[in-house]
Amino acid sequence: MTDTAVHVGSAPPGDGMGSPPRVPEFSIVPLVGIPIAAALLVGLIVAIATNSLWALTFFHVGGGGLWTSIDLFLGLIIGPILGCLSIPARVEFTAKFMPKMVVIMPTLVAMTLGSGFQLARHLGNLSVSYPHHGWLVASYVIVGVMAIIALGLLEPANLAVLFELKKPHPNGERIGRLMRVFIYTAGITGVMQVATIIIMTFLASR
Amino acid sequence: MSVEAQGTGPPADEIDARQAELPPVARLATVTLTLVVAGGIYMAAQIGHPATLVPAVILAIAAGLVLLANLMVLSRIKRFAWNKFFQVFGWALVVYLVIAGILEYVFVLDHTPARQLVLFSVMLAMFAIDVPLILGFSVARYQPVPT
Repeated sequence: MTDTAVHVGSAPPGDGMGSPPRVPEFSIVPLVGIPIAAALLVGLIVAIATNSLWALTFFHVGGGGLWTSIDLFLGLIIGPILGCLSIPARVEFTAKFMPKMVVIMPTLVAMTLGSGFQLARHLGNLSVSYPHHGWLVASYVIVGVMAIIALGLLEPANLAVLFELKKPHPNGERIGRLMRVFIYTAGITGVMQVATIIIMTFLASR
Repeated sequence: MSVEAQGTGPPADEIDARQAELPPVARLATVTLTLVVAGGIYMAAQIGHPATLVPAVILAIAAGLVLLANLMVLSRIKRFAWNKFFQVFGWALVVYLVIAGILEYVFVLDHTPARQLVLFSVMLAMFAIDVPLILGFSVARYQPVPT
């Protein structure tokens, strides 16, 4: 296994800083996840092409549920725990966890939004004449803001952390800073997802 | 193999110092993204309704201008890890072209009227270029500049 030592910069004392923590070997994009993501995207295209109500609902509810859960779990559960871990544990967790997010999150977002748009179209909910059109537009705005946060802050922080960890001498302080951006933005999008769930369940129950 | 840290700080300090010299490429790209998303929301909210496309066209033109300005600003950076930038930009472009392609397919499949379809396509194209730009820049800005 190829390990790299991390300079932990201004890390707090008493967290096992005797020697620089090692970074386990990892791949920035886990290749094993690519066929799974590709299969899901092919399934999504088939669902859209056939306009199968079940398949579209499956991709929308399944994808949206996982997207929301992961964001909330990351921002509200994993984030605070990660903040309490020692530097070596944080580095090891980050190196093993973040590459998976590179594949999982874009796939879930594509699944949820692609199938959601087609599902709404199929059910006639996109039309301005739909009685609850205002609620749907509100959900567009929330998803739009989430997309800007996720693509403008969260994903860039994720990738920057992974490339930093690949350096011969990664900068721990920078990794910590970028990880905070990642965790906070995941939490914010998770909380915004709750608003989406409220709107979607309201619309589904009408 | 294990690479141990040296006693001195990493060259990352120099990288941090270089951040102030870099133009606000990521911020400008986020502005482009915001304009594209706003245009997309406006158009999606008007589906099935004969509404004016003027606001969406204005947003698309503004997004295109910011994107062009951003590409010009980016191209003028002298000390930059261009190899890492193009590595990330290239792969991200593949990913976001696939995502944009799926959305384009949905619009074509749904017989979206020609004018709206053209506007959606232009916005999707800008989205597919802009996001890889953010990702490539965000990675390359923290990479050592090859000598």
